[in-house]
Amino acid sequence: MIPAAFEYARATTVQEASELLRRYGEEAKVLAGGHSLIPLMRLRLAQPSALVDINPVRELDYVVLEDGRLRVGALTRHVEIQRNPTIRENLPLLAEVADEVGDNQVRNLGTIGGVIAHADSAGDYPTIAVMLDAEIVTNKRRFAARDFFQGLFTTPLEPDEVVCEVVFPVARGPHRYVKFRRRLFDWAIVAAGAQRLDDGSWRIGLTNCGPTAVRCLAVEQALAQGVSPEEAAEHASDGLEPSGDLRASPEYKKHLARVLTKRAILQAQ
Amino acid sequence: MAITTMVGARIHRREDPRLVRGQGRYTDDFVRPHTVHMAVVRSPYAHARIRSIDVSAARRSPGVVAVLTAADFKPVIAGAMPVAPAFVPEKKQTPERFPIVEKEACFQGEPVAVVLAEDRYQAADAAQLVQVDWEPLAPVMDLEQAMRPGSPTAHEGAPDNIGWDLTFNADAEAAFAEAEVVVEQRIYQQRLAPTPMEPRAILAEWHSGDQTMTVWMSSQSPHFIRLFVGGALGIPESRFRVVAPDVGGGFGSKISPYPEDYLVPAAAKLLGRPVKWTETRTENLQNATHGRGQYYDLAIAGNRDGKLLGLKITQYLDIGAYVGTFGAFQACACLLPGAYVWKQVASRTVGVLTNKVPTDPYRGAGRPEATHLVERMVDLFAREIGMDPAEVRRKNFITEFPHTNPFGLVYDSGNYAGALDKALQIAGYEQFRREQEAARAQGRLLGVGLSTWIEICGFGPSAATAPATGGMALTESAQVRVFPTGSVTCYVGTHSHGQGHDTTFAQIVADALGVPYEQVEIRHGDTAEGPSFGYGTYGSRSLAVGGMALLTAAGRVRDKAKKIAAHVLEAAEEDVVFDQGQFYVKGSPERRKSIQEIAFAAYGAGLPEGVELGLEAVAYYDPSNFVWPFGAHICMVEVDRETGDVKLLRYVAVDDCGNVINPMIVEGQIHGGVAQGIAQALYEEVVYAEDGTLRTGTMLDYAVPTANEMPPMTLDRTVTPSPTNELGVKGIGEAGTIAASAAVINAVCDALAPLGIRHVDMPASPDRIWKLMQEAKA
Ligand SMILES: Cc1cc2nc3c(=O)[nH]c(=O)nc-3n(C[C@H](O)[C@H](O)[C@H](O)COP(=O)(O)OP(=O)(O)OC[C@H]3O[C@@H](n4cnc5c(N)ncnc54)[C@H](O)[C@@H]3O)c2cc1C
Repeated sequence: MIPAAFEYARATTVQEASELLRRYGEEAKVLAGGHSLIPLMRLRLAQPSALVDINPVRELDYVVLEDGRLRVGALTRHVEIQRNPTIRENLPLLAEVADEVGDNQVRNLGTIGGVIAHADSAGDYPTIAVMLDAEIVTNKRRFAARDFFQGLFTTPLEPDEVVCEVVFPVARGPHRYVKFRRRLFDWAIVAAGAQRLDDGSWRIGLTNCGPTAVRCLAVEQALAQGVSPEEAAEHASDGLEPSGDLRASPEYKKHLARVLTKRAILQAQ
Repeated sequence: MAITTMVGARIHRREDPRLVRGQGRYTDDFVRPHTVHMAVVRSPYAHARIRSIDVSAARRSPGVVAVLTAADFKPVIAGAMPVAPAFVPEKKQTPERFPIVEKEACFQGEPVAVVLAEDRYQAADAAQLVQVDWEPLAPVMDLEQAMRPGSPTAHEGAPDNIGWDLTFNADAEAAFAEAEVVVEQRIYQQRLAPTPMEPRAILAEWHSGDQTMTVWMSSQSPHFIRLFVGGALGIPESRFRVVAPDVGGGFGSKISPYPEDYLVPAAAKLLGRPVKWTETRTENLQNATHGRGQYYDLAIAGNRDGKLLGLKITQYLDIGAYVGTFGAFQACACLLPGAYVWKQVASRTVGVLTNKVPTDPYRGAGRPEATHLVERMVDLFAREIGMDPAEVRRKNFITEFPHTNPFGLVYDSGNYAGALDKALQIAGYEQFRREQEAARAQGRLLGVGLSTWIEICGFGPSAATAPATGGMALTESAQVRVFPTGSVTCYVGTHSHGQGHDTTFAQIVADALGVPYEQVEIRHGDTAEGPSFGYGTYGSRSLAVGGMALLTAAGRVRDKAKKIAAHVLEAAEEDVVFDQGQFYVKGSPERRKSIQEIAFAAYGAGLPEGVELGLEAVAYYDPSNFVWPFGAHICMVEVDRETGDVKLLRYVAVDDCGNVINPMIVEGQIHGGVAQGIAQALYEEVVYAEDGTLRTGTMLDYAVPTANEMPPMTLDRTVTPSPTNELGVKGIGEAGTIAASAAVINAVCDALAPLGIRHVDMPASPDRIWKLMQEAKA
């Protein structure tokens, strides 16, 4: 890897990270698992002036259940989300999603905070966060997930702002995340998540069908009205305007949104 | 051969413990004192003129030693890069190529300047500071458009974009006139990137004192590099040494010389310091020669009873901006007849220049293309007449050998029906057909596809290849040295970069000389060692040609040892028997001398008159014909009716490469080859945007599949020895790739048949299949 030159500093607390970011200025970047940032630096598509390494920040690495909410620290790695008993019991959908992220190398290093801050339209956790009304907590503010993801790679984070945790509701009911991709370690071409809540209502979300994660209210409403999953899933592409890429045309993505939504609901358990 | 203890043995590759422990030594691992690191400034445009280059900022950048452009290289690099004159008399246009662009860049990635700095980071930083004033020109990216009158040309001022236009056999009219059924199809084959695990790398060191150049580089053919690059730099072969140490795969992309192969040693000479360049993955995807990138208009003719009569093809190749050194070898006409008897086969090939990186041989080079085409056309024909594709094949197989195909090539041996029957049985073909029927009744899309492939390899008899290579013989060389205590070092002119020669070649020599396998060392890749020329590894030639050179050299050593043994045993030479490394007089095996004892004697006093000291020999082997491996591959798939996703259920391959030296290595070659064929069938594609920008410049976008995506594979074989060489062997390095894409696509098309879909082009991605399903519905 031959990136452009950068300064490097390690932070051990959130406060220290924030101070370092302020000191290095706007061109500085947080380094978490590095699995999105470093590929960009390798291509010199990102040339940050400084990296503030938050890997030593122990206070960001936790999973706790508190007041019926699941708080996941930003530095929690995919592999921990896959295995953590608290997550598996209280939000098994999240563990299932983590199982499907990248490959072992990615899962051993990549963090939930990194996925959230990076805001890639193909990121998997943003979909779960948006469909379940999770909250994103930084060292400065709290956001409803739907307000946090503003566009492709676009969030309201300020240069010295650090994502600290993601707060999910507990949901132990039937759920399924169906991810469609070519190779096992690929990002989703399209993915659909379905979660039934305790009150019997459904939450439905889509990955990579627009600049940000999508919550499918039309499908949720149809299901609430007692429509069959097959029929309800037909609404999954309502209002979608996915962009085409090498792997899928916009029409095909819309088609996948419907098919995968149907499968997610039918296969939820 | 009297002894067969090692040949045929299923033993592990001896190179693996070293390689899997990270003890391999690749070019980038070599370190020379005072090395300067090179970064290449490349054209961001597919087609553009250089107005001027300003290197002043780059030159001032920290650590920079020099910034060089065409003007600096012109005085030290003579001539243009080579093109094997495969079809010289008919060739229309071979644009000249100098290793670095002077005025006009013709594909994205062409070098325009190099930066040399104290470390790699400084070189890359400074490369960003080189200011090129570009005048963009219209690029030609589309093959069909490039052939239209009035199209922009890939090179300014060229009359058109036709690189070659050749007709091999013009006429198949009689066969078509007589036929009851004619089926036509256009077939596309996408561009592919070879993606070796190790990108290219070069380290060059010039000693001004003794005027010698040493180049370490990742190459399949170091002697060719010495010939071409040494020639261009005006350094005689005696003072130009090329070392290709461990090489992490080539797949054809490390045969031809590249611009950097000239620029790195030239820069080393100019600066008087060692220069190193190691390609990045993105540079590799952008600049290493691509494969395939062709389309074809085809027609097949035959009768309703299944008898095949005629085949016609026009092949259009997207050859890129220059004719690749061995680019013309992709013209696949001669193999188009495949495993079948035809009345006539007509073929025309058109090479078309575009503003892309040149194409050149990629695993199989011409044979995967041809196999895909003939196997697809036979399936389309079978479907048209409503006959099982296995039946059509059986009815038309060549059964008598040697067989001369319509292009005059002579198939050495084969048993095509034998391989097919075995494969059908292993796959449970009849049973699968019943399951398929039941599944179809439930609306599920199951399919099975056959590929009864053949290929030509073992390049090559010099009589046949010399006209295509400008006089180069394509023979192979080997040297065998037996040391006084009986251990053996062999030097071969081939190069092993995944093929396991260290193991198989040692097996051959161990048997030929009756020495312990462990005491046979195989060396290759260093032009300063062994015979004076070697021809390298490609085209599945190493065993059938290189192995034979080695066997011949070992035979010479054995013959000499026998002379000495006769002397020591005080017997007539013709009475001496050689058996498992022991010499004895016929009838009295108890008085014996081992080859080790004879080796010692060979370096001692008291040799018979007329026998020179020493025990070593060199041999060059020129085969009398190509060799013709074959086999039958069967793929079973299920296509997801909703998403178009192809699931590979099972893959069966029965291959015949004649005698097998090491079954495990053969299986490894087939596994990897099939994986590459599946990769073409379903996953990989080089994509350029209309403006000439490469869109598949990382492994994220260029979708090389992994072990996860591979189906369960069952491998088996039949053994039909080649009569062409004493070992009875044929090549197997490319077979899997040659066979697989047709088996997979035939299976996909079979699965989609109930929807009325006839043909699917590659890669058969879910997106593409879904689109075809939509069209079929409408
Ligand atoms: C081969 C491969 C396949 C992948 N597949 C998937 C997939 O299928 N699904 C998926 O979701 N992801 C996938 N990823 C991405 C992976 O999950 C990354 O780990 C993730 O996107 C980024 O997390 P990270 O910890 O590595 O962040 P980094 O790469 O370190 O950082 C990413 C960005 O976020 C910023 N950042 C990181 N942490 C914080 C923080 N706490 N506060 C503020 N800013 C922060 C960084 O400054 C940077 O801009 C894949 C990656 C690879 C290499």
